Amino acid sequence: MFQVRIHGRGGQGVVTAAELLSIAAFREGRHAQAFPSFGSERTGAPVVAFCRIADSKIRNREPVIAPDAVIIQDPTLLHQVDVFGGMIRDAYILINTSRDFDALGLGDFLSGFRANHLCTVPASELAVRHVGKPVPNAALLGGFAALTGLLGIDSVVAAIREKFVERISEPNVAAAQEAFQLVREKTEALARAEAS
Amino acid sequence: MLKQVEGSQAVAEAVALCRPEVICAYPISPQTHIVEALGRMVTAGQIAPCEFINVESEFAAMSVAIGASAAGARAYTATASQGLLYMAEAVFNAAGLGLPIVMTVANRAIGAPINIWNDHTDALSQRDCGWIQLFAEDNQEALDLHIQAFRLGEELSLPVMVCMDGYILTHAYERVEVPRQEQVDAYLPRFEPRQVLDPAEPVSIGAMVGPEAFMEVRYLAHAKQQHALELIPAWAEEFRGVFGRETGGLMHLYRADDAETIIVALGSVLGTVEDTVDELRESGLRIGVLGLTCFRPWPHVAVRAALANARRVIVIEKSLAVGLGGIVSANVRGSYTGHPDDVHAVIAGLGGRPITKRSLHDVLRKAVSSELGPMTFLDLNREAVERVLAREREVRRSGPIAESVLRDLGVSALKIG
Amino acid sequence: MTDQPIKFYQTGTFTVGNRLLPPDQRSVQANMRRTNSLNSGHRACQGCGEALGARYAIDAAMEATGRRLIAANATGCLEVFSTPYPETSWQIPWIHSLFGNAAAVGTGIAAALRVKGQTDVRVIAQGGDGGTTDIGFACLSGMFERNDDVLYICYDNGGYMNTGVQRSSATPPAARTNTTMPVGKGTGSAFGMGKFVPAIAMAHDIPYVATATVADLRDLEAKIRRAMGFRGARYVHILVPCPLGWGHASDQTIRIARLARETGLFPEFEAESGEITRVTPIRHRLPVEEYLRPQHRFAHLFRDPPRTDLIRQIQAIADRNIRRYGLLEREEAG
Repeated sequence: MFQVRIHGRGGQGVVTAAELLSIAAFREGRHAQAFPSFGSERTGAPVVAFCRIADSKIRNREPVIAPDAVIIQDPTLLHQVDVFGGMIRDAYILINTSRDFDALGLGDFLSGFRANHLCTVPASELAVRHVGKPVPNAALLGGFAALTGLLGIDSVVAAIREKFVERISEPNVAAAQEAFQLVREKTEALARAEAS
Repeated sequence: MLKQVEGSQAVAEAVALCRPEVICAYPISPQTHIVEALGRMVTAGQIAPCEFINVESEFAAMSVAIGASAAGARAYTATASQGLLYMAEAVFNAAGLGLPIVMTVANRAIGAPINIWNDHTDALSQRDCGWIQLFAEDNQEALDLHIQAFRLGEELSLPVMVCMDGYILTHAYERVEVPRQEQVDAYLPRFEPRQVLDPAEPVSIGAMVGPEAFMEVRYLAHAKQQHALELIPAWAEEFRGVFGRETGGLMHLYRADDAETIIVALGSVLGTVEDTVDELRESGLRIGVLGLTCFRPWPHVAVRAALANARRVIVIEKSLAVGLGGIVSANVRGSYTGHPDDVHAVIAGLGGRPITKRSLHDVLRKAVSSELGPMTFLDLNREAVERVLAREREVRRSGPIAESVLRDLGVSALKIG
Repeated sequence: MTDQPIKFYQTGTFTVGNRLLPPDQRSVQANMRRTNSLNSGHRACQGCGEALGARYAIDAAMEATGRRLIAANATGCLEVFSTPYPETSWQIPWIHSLFGNAAAVGTGIAAALRVKGQTDVRVIAQGGDGGTTDIGFACLSGMFERNDDVLYICYDNGGYMNTGVQRSSATPPAARTNTTMPVGKGTGSAFGMGKFVPAIAMAHDIPYVATATVADLRDLEAKIRRAMGFRGARYVHILVPCPLGWGHASDQTIRIARLARETGLFPEFEAESGEITRVTPIRHRLPVEEYLRPQHRFAHLFRDPPRTDLIRQIQAIADRNIRRYGLLEREEAG
């Protein structure tokens, strides 16, 4: 089973991101469960959503306490909320930011993690360029597909198209695809650097 | 057709397949997605003929359903928590009049203090109203139970409450098999009322009944629910024949055959419980689960049989009878042939507090080592409670209780597990 | 020979009213084929205004709808005296659910009929003032707001009579009830409280609103008939004196109702979509004392010394109604 935890703020599409992940996994024939943490949601307040993906029926419904991957849609949460709580050592971390981990003050914290499981992607900027609004969820899912290889980008695209009408889905698909490329390039560059 | 959808959407599609004729609803979290989805379907002509009525309160919702059902229409509504209480008079009325209304209750805690998250207080507060009460373990079962509910209610002329955990199920995306219309039509025939307001054959419904006949009328209500105990498993079996899966019925047993310890629970927590039981089994514990699907009528004989060989019973319930203890555990104790002290109530998840495997492991290990008392509040912050009580002893104007606890805990919007 | 219209002031009786009136103005009650929808044998008090009003209203509705009618009844006198277990006096399909939900039950019945394509069957929801102006108010307003195809009839006897005469928001000022006793500083039901639901009904802009009394039974029948000619939410508010609760002789019910109209305390009118369309003028205006004196619930106004201050306040209410609704023919106004 693969457990994802997504952190963000109300209005950034955190819950939708988890749902899209589950739809993408479903389209690949896997079982998936997505649900929000049930806090008082209002625009700007911290929000968490969860997604579990497995090859058999998922029965557990507790919140994701030990995530295999954490997606952070809003870096201002980093020093406010325990976004990394319970994370396993090899966990994947994807942060929506145009800065790097050191600039975010995470350099030391992440030094013990597998470098090719960590990535940043400027998802809000991509969203503004493609969609016109800084809703970073679609782009982050594209990046997530590249970072983890858990889901194909085609499944992510199909999920976006299933959930939204064309007017909304297509710009988000474009953002997701560009983020996918960006993250893939980063991870490939890292692999080349490690190999040499 | 297999779909990955939100629980509310799954329920809306199930209800739509049942060809409802009058849908009336008043919005309340966390039921809103169900009625919004149904409203969209009616407007788009996917459910026809059907009247979708935006009522002005939950009391009105149940009352409109009463009128519609009495006039021979298949009526449906949905509510939760405060809404269920607000319509309580009409809820009893519908059962007393014998009208086969189906209602989804998206289980949510009841205030004060106001709380929008899941527990079973709402449905269980109405456990004696005469409605059949069914609890879904997952979204597939939530979907399926609605189909069974219409059939059951119309045959018995009794209203049926289908309970599904608010947010945990209603707002969770998971895979469900949505039946085809032909399958549902094969299982659920047209509504043929036992009583109907019809100018061609006038009847008076809802007369006053005095002391000379009230006992008999109430006995008949009880007898009808006893009859339901036979129909429910029989029609769940028929459901299996038409739809190919085992859902509904009185209960689901999981690894209970040779279990020394049996956990009893209702609703979505069963999934987490079953995962925990698998892990405990691996360490050699003979532990199993009785998942209750039918809470009313209380399946006394079936519960008694299921628990016959258990040395201890752990009832994990999202409900509390203030001043008494557990509600489900009290019902279980009445059916258990062992010593009443061997039925342990674990009050958990009130107001939406997550029930984690870690906590379940902890409480079950204690149970098996006979360290568990008759009633336990899972994950209780004992220090916070003691501090509030101490403050109340010292200061007269100790302030609102909820605020005292919240201030003490310094709760932020976010605590994961 | 030209036709000359003759005003029959005695059309409130059976003798003159039916033989000499055109068929469409004859009372339904005089027709041997009347439906007797509220049949005899019910347990109403002698002289009950509500029983009288309901019998006329429902029979008129049955005639207007070709006997295709379903009624939802609120808890109250009418429901209790008409269905003493194991009997029922209703000859129509009839349901009693709760005290506060008659309008909502009516909404549900109308919805079911629409779904089944039985739009020729019409729906009445009815109740007393308690079940209408107080506990049933939210459901009533909801039904109005949605313009559901229901005729709501309120039988207004100014109090919760079935439970032993307690005050409702329809109880007139200064009236004595068991919860508004004129003792100490109390004057009976307080001035400045209360609500006039027909005006509130008009504010919803529903197709038809009318007020009526059991003193003008032809008028009541005509209004019910007219109401059934509309689709959508309709409201008819009938003043029905209660001999027990009001403290008058049981043979005075119709006279007391007439006095309510003739003093101006109860305006009789019709309105469509929020605009008044017709007013029944006061024939011979009377001071409010004529209405108050015969009722024991106002006896405390006429002790020694009399409460002329309160009587004056009640007169002011009558004057205001006359002005507001134009209850006097032009010559007598002012």
